[in-house]
Amino acid sequence: MKEFLEGSKAVAEVVGLCKPGVISAYPITPQTHIVEELAQFVADGKLNSQFINVESEHSAASVVLGGVAAGVRSYTATSSQGLFYMAEVIFNIAGMRLPLVLTCANRAISAPINIWNDQQDSVSLRDSGWIQLYAEDIQEAADLHLIGYRITEDKSMMLPVMVCMDGFILTHGIEVVDMPTQEQVDKFLPAYKPLYKLDVENPISMGLLADPDYYTETRYAIHETMKDALKLIPKVTAEFSKVFGRSYNGLLEEYRTKDAERVIVAMGSVCGTIKEVIDELRAKGKKVGLLKISSFRPFPAAKVYEALKDIPKVAILDKSVSLGSYAPLAVEVKASFFGKKKSPKVISSFVAGLGGRDITKDTVKEIYSLLTSKEKACEFIDLKPELLKESYEQ
Amino acid sequence: MFGPLTSKSGTSKNNKTGSWRTESRPKFLKTNCIACKMCRIVCPEGCITGTEKNTYDCDYAFCKGCGNCAMICPKQDITMIKEE
Repeated sequence: MKEFLEGSKAVAEVVGLCKPGVISAYPITPQTHIVEELAQFVADGKLNSQFINVESEHSAASVVLGGVAAGVRSYTATSSQGLFYMAEVIFNIAGMRLPLVLTCANRAISAPINIWNDQQDSVSLRDSGWIQLYAEDIQEAADLHLIGYRITEDKSMMLPVMVCMDGFILTHGIEVVDMPTQEQVDKFLPAYKPLYKLDVENPISMGLLADPDYYTETRYAIHETMKDALKLIPKVTAEFSKVFGRSYNGLLEEYRTKDAERVIVAMGSVCGTIKEVIDELRAKGKKVGLLKISSFRPFPAAKVYEALKDIPKVAILDKSVSLGSYAPLAVEVKASFFGKKKSPKVISSFVAGLGGRDITKDTVKEIYSLLTSKEKACEFIDLKPELLKESYEQ
Repeated sequence: MFGPLTSKSGTSKNNKTGSWRTESRPKFLKTNCIACKMCRIVCPEGCITGTEKNTYDCDYAFCKGCGNCAMICPKQDITMIKEE
């Protein structure tokens, strides 16, 4: 049924329909509304789940790790500093091959402290062994949790999934969302059956010491499984489409790229703004398009190559930056053409929207206009030069 | 694809960690032993076995040569010898 819902509320409702047995989280803006809502469901008796209050994100992540290790579907959500405080456990969950869905309400990283949106938090944990899926709008954010549980609990996968949704823009924005019913969710998502679990009757150890004789194979196995995920994700989204009637590619989406001369590559909610600009510019006869990356990990390099190989000019818009190098998404896209026969003539990289600075339609138009034959590497958009004149020399 | 992830109880015996021993190893002389069990108790590897007097010995497949057994023996019936 279609409802007019806040993003956090929609996500909480959908997570509730997935019936996690253990939920644990620590409040942090802009994620708080999601678990606040889930705590209310539990308190009201609407959701039969153990909601475990903890003193930190490190503990929250450890609790859900324990929940899945004991064989129970679990859920947590966080943002920014909270995700970084979880970081150690985040790597453990992937390394122990425990299926979990975590919502990252994307937010900038301190210092200086900033509670607004960019994607530096989740992007910084790209090497953790988690599948990372980025949502464009509230509907997709809600749906990705269902898709995420199906992917993570697949017996061939057992890798945790991070659903990344832009903080405030999606968590606090309100849109019409087609909410699934419990019957639909039960049809799509069977009860969780663990491959192995902590059980006093049949004791095992997890996450134990792997000396140089063993460690490499555990990492290699995750790397290979990530490649398998590139095949599994579109299969799961196709099944999702059969049950719910909404289709996602799962890996990436091409928007008006077929005859495009200039294409922007981006992730997350900014793709909605870019699509609007494309429609306006197309109406004026400008051949522009968008390549939306849905899955940052695993990165669909072969699909990116196919989508962009004949496009003359490509711009990558990052909402994060690898300080001292290039922007993270730009690196991935450029690497997709390494050693290949075809390539765009120009691949320019732009950084915008850091710490919640709005990416307006004008910002997107500026990027299209800056996409000339002169290649740009990590060009910051909407920079205020007057703020860079501070001097602290004695 | 999966690598080694979990382990059943007791399977640490599969890893013969005695190769970590470097300088010296204990030698159980088995002459003045009073079966006080002190060596068995202090062994951090739990690799010393024995019940009666002069029956105590250690499993070199796991012994790290720490010397705790030789140190605690009230009868100096365990001595540390050079590892070969």
